[in-house]
Amino acid sequence: MDLTNGPYRRRGGAMTTPRLERRAAIVELLENRGDLLIVAGLGSAIWDVESAGDHPLNFHILGAMGSIVPTALGLAIAQPTRRVLAVTGDAEILMGFGTVPTTAVRKPENLTIVVIDNGRFGETGSQLSHTGAGVDIAGMATAAGFSSVTTVTDQKDLADARNVIQNGAGPSMIVLKVDAHMPKVVMPARDGAWLKHRFRNSLLGEDAAKE
Amino acid sequence: MNTNDPGWQESVYQLFKQHNIRQVIYVPDAGHAPLIDRCLEDPQIKAGPLTNEFEGPGMCAGAWLGGERSVLLMQSSGVGNIINALGLVRHCTIPFLTLVTMRGEWGEFNPWQLHMGQSTTTTLEASGVVCNRADSAEDVAPVVESSINLAFHSYAQVAVIISQRVMGTKVFE
Ligand SMILES: Cc1ncc(C[n+]2csc(CCOP(=O)(O)OP(=O)(O)O)c2C)c(N)n1
Repeated sequence: MDLTNGPYRRRGGAMTTPRLERRAAIVELLENRGDLLIVAGLGSAIWDVESAGDHPLNFHILGAMGSIVPTALGLAIAQPTRRVLAVTGDAEILMGFGTVPTTAVRKPENLTIVVIDNGRFGETGSQLSHTGAGVDIAGMATAAGFSSVTTVTDQKDLADARNVIQNGAGPSMIVLKVDAHMPKVVMPARDGAWLKHRFRNSLLGEDAAKE
Repeated sequence: MNTNDPGWQESVYQLFKQHNIRQVIYVPDAGHAPLIDRCLEDPQIKAGPLTNEFEGPGMCAGAWLGGERSVLLMQSSGVGNIINALGLVRHCTIPFLTLVTMRGEWGEFNPWQLHMGQSTTTTLEASGVVCNRADSAEDVAPVVESSINLAFHSYAQVAVIISQRVMGTKVFE
């Protein structure tokens, strides 16, 4: 047992592997996204997705921490012919990590989860998180039975990751190992009801509002 | 229950069919068991288990974003797991329906069930969820049908509270 609060006291921490810059990585992953359906969440994943450009098929969840993957899963099951992407942080997904085995057993081939893993609770002051202290999300997703799990530490592997998002046989997980730097906030529309209408309108057509 | 009575779970299943419920998710409770089995057998209904009821509001939101109606089945103790996640369906005005089988009330044998059982309705109501209660087996179908309508026609967040009296008190023998 570590009685000294161990690694949690340190904000810095040595980087053992090369790390991506999160914003550039997300922007590159979403290049030519086409009609990909995206669910993004708090903490800071939303700012990165929004910086890649606003889109009616982006649904941002600024609360209900732990709900990004469940939402993307319900969507992927409802829309099996469309590609669905969840973009979230390491702490957000760990808040309800049971959703990873739930996803694994439902086997949505069209779903990819991108975890922006900075090893930090970035949004709340960059406290070291569980992954920062060594927990391996990719290993847990593999153990749960995801079809494809990739850890990306190098920019040159982002093109392959983009191919997984667009064409891979899911459920897939891509863990982006990013540095702890927090880029500027790029705020999307925050009204969830509006985002919902815009999303359904774009995906299902105007009559969706009359259901 | 008379032996020709297919049970309230069968009536609820028929209502799911009539009202185009396409996704059913659950952390099982014995009271829901025959309904879960019916949903799993039906190729038109996409059903599966959760590890935690907390996943329910998110999955229901995702289903609705994708144009499908869904229902979450859980027991009363699961209500304590979903409170924060309810913010998603509530803030976004997403139709949300859950069928809650009660424990911790009618003649309960297990004292550990009382904590959530006695606060189920208060907690849900405090979170903006409309609670419609069924106290007898005959009540269940009409209460479920009106709750389906409330949720999916009026974009409400609704719980059907199925009394422990309907299931009978669980005994450990
Ligand atoms: C239930 C709940 N607890 C705590 C918070 C506060 N909070 C907001 S973002 C966040 C951490 C996010 O970290 P991560 O998902 O790793 O994303 P990052 O900001 O590091 O990219 C926390 C704890 C919250 N929003 N909800």
